[in-house]
Amino acid sequence: MTISEIIFYLFSATIIFFSILTVTSRRILRAAVYLLFVLVSTAGLYFMLNYHFLAAVQLTLYAGGIVVLIIFSILLTSHISQKFEPVGIKKQIFSAIAMAAGAILSIMVILNYGFNSLITVADNPTMNTIGYGLLNYGKNGYALPFEVISILLLAAMFASIVIAKKDKKTN
Amino acid sequence: MNFDIYDFSSFTKSIDEGLMASMSPFWAITIEMIIIGVLILGFYAVVGLYLVYAERKICAFMQCRVGPNRVGPYGFFQTIADLIKLLLKELIPIKNADKILFNIAPFIVIIASFMAIAAIPFAKGLHALDFNIGVLYVMAVSSMGVIGILLAGWSSNNKYSLIGAMRSGAQIVSYELSVGLSLITIVILAGSLQFSTIVEGQRNGWFIFTGHIPAIIAFLVFLVASTAETNRGPFDLAEAESELTAGFHTEYSGIKFAFFFLAEYMNMFIVASIAATVFLGGWMPFHIGGWEAFNGIMDYIPPFIWYIGKTAFVIFLMMWFKWTFPRLRIDQLLTLEWKYLLPINLFNIILMAFIVLMGWHF
Repeated sequence: MTISEIIFYLFSATIIFFSILTVTSRRILRAAVYLLFVLVSTAGLYFMLNYHFLAAVQLTLYAGGIVVLIIFSILLTSHISQKFEPVGIKKQIFSAIAMAAGAILSIMVILNYGFNSLITVADNPTMNTIGYGLLNYGKNGYALPFEVISILLLAAMFASIVIAKKDKKTN
Repeated sequence: MNFDIYDFSSFTKSIDEGLMASMSPFWAITIEMIIIGVLILGFYAVVGLYLVYAERKICAFMQCRVGPNRVGPYGFFQTIADLIKLLLKELIPIKNADKILFNIAPFIVIIASFMAIAAIPFAKGLHALDFNIGVLYVMAVSSMGVIGILLAGWSSNNKYSLIGAMRSGAQIVSYELSVGLSLITIVILAGSLQFSTIVEGQRNGWFIFTGHIPAIIAFLVFLVASTAETNRGPFDLAEAESELTAGFHTEYSGIKFAFFFLAEYMNMFIVASIAATVFLGGWMPFHIGGWEAFNGIMDYIPPFIWYIGKTAFVIFLMMWFKWTFPRLRIDQLLTLEWKYLLPINLFNIILMAFIVLMGWHF
């Protein structure tokens, strides 16, 4: 076994283990922390693939951004002694069926997809390639999705400001 | 093995080749990882200890006191004695705390700063991780430290801790923006996110000089924002002693408390090294483009000394802030970030882009 295989299995085992814990934990903040471990291990897989940019984005956005936001909202709303009731047997069976169906479907699709083994080493895109790609409106360019997402984010930001703004009449 | 104090790349390369020749790649890589890990861990501990000593001495100097002076010459071994004391102290378990999160929190804080230190170039060739996206990587991993602080505050089941953690979270999340944007200003000038390229780009003058006005503004913004991001005074509301006993680490004792303490100092060291690398040339000696004789004299000082000197200068500035300015209120803190630093920063980026476009930098 090579060292990258060992590290790959380590990361995969961590991802699976903590994914299960995330959905089964009855304490909400612990679930959020387990989710953090899943996301960080996924970033580790990206680092293994030599795709550093995606790994760093995964860490900044998911681990450093979204999980912090989730933890922040839990801090504001829940108390330490709070614990969810164990779910009923009916719900457990239905969610197990749904999960198994999803897992079987994805595994089938993955197994039936003819993966071509690459002989050349996948190149690690530099920041310059990514930058040109984002602003390129020609072939292989991502200018349109980039702009659409920025408008979407701008709209979301305005919406949150409008919601958070105090109403003058009620004040 | 040819050990050259001016260029470590041949030294590290010869170690790598020696290991690869004598054993299988699996063990060679494992041993290399262990060597780097132990080296960085040792560096981390020593620097952390002596930053505490430096802080106490500088604080004493600012307040016309002597500071630690009993243990060893000039109190030089005081922090080592403190460390031994902390190691021997009892770890007090909290009855109604969330035990798992309570114990994980200090490790998250320390791992985040430990990951960031791996990407810092100490000298030419003395660089554990040299990613193409170095600056982004450091921003990414250092943004995870706040999770540890939030968890520590919540899982202690203590109102002071919770308030401290909330303050710290709000502060770090908002000041992270300014830190990132001020670094991006210099990335525009450097044209790269890779630390080795950024340092190499300052061969003919550090970016704070070649980038003149926008670079100086970015440096000032970075200093303010990074002081706030590391929870240091005058932005240390997260552990405001007079209101919150000790903020998020009130309930921690012994070595777990020491982890938070060490991580705080190491975060200061990391932001100071980034400031030194990005704005002040890292290990690059002080060069003035065209003055060959002067540059030759400057090259005699080893790069590692340059790096440590610049980092120590920035650290001194940050300690100076802490012992000079009174603590801010939380609303003042957030106003400073969102109403002043962020607009200045955004304008500064446009200014820098314009200057680079017109070729008005040196």
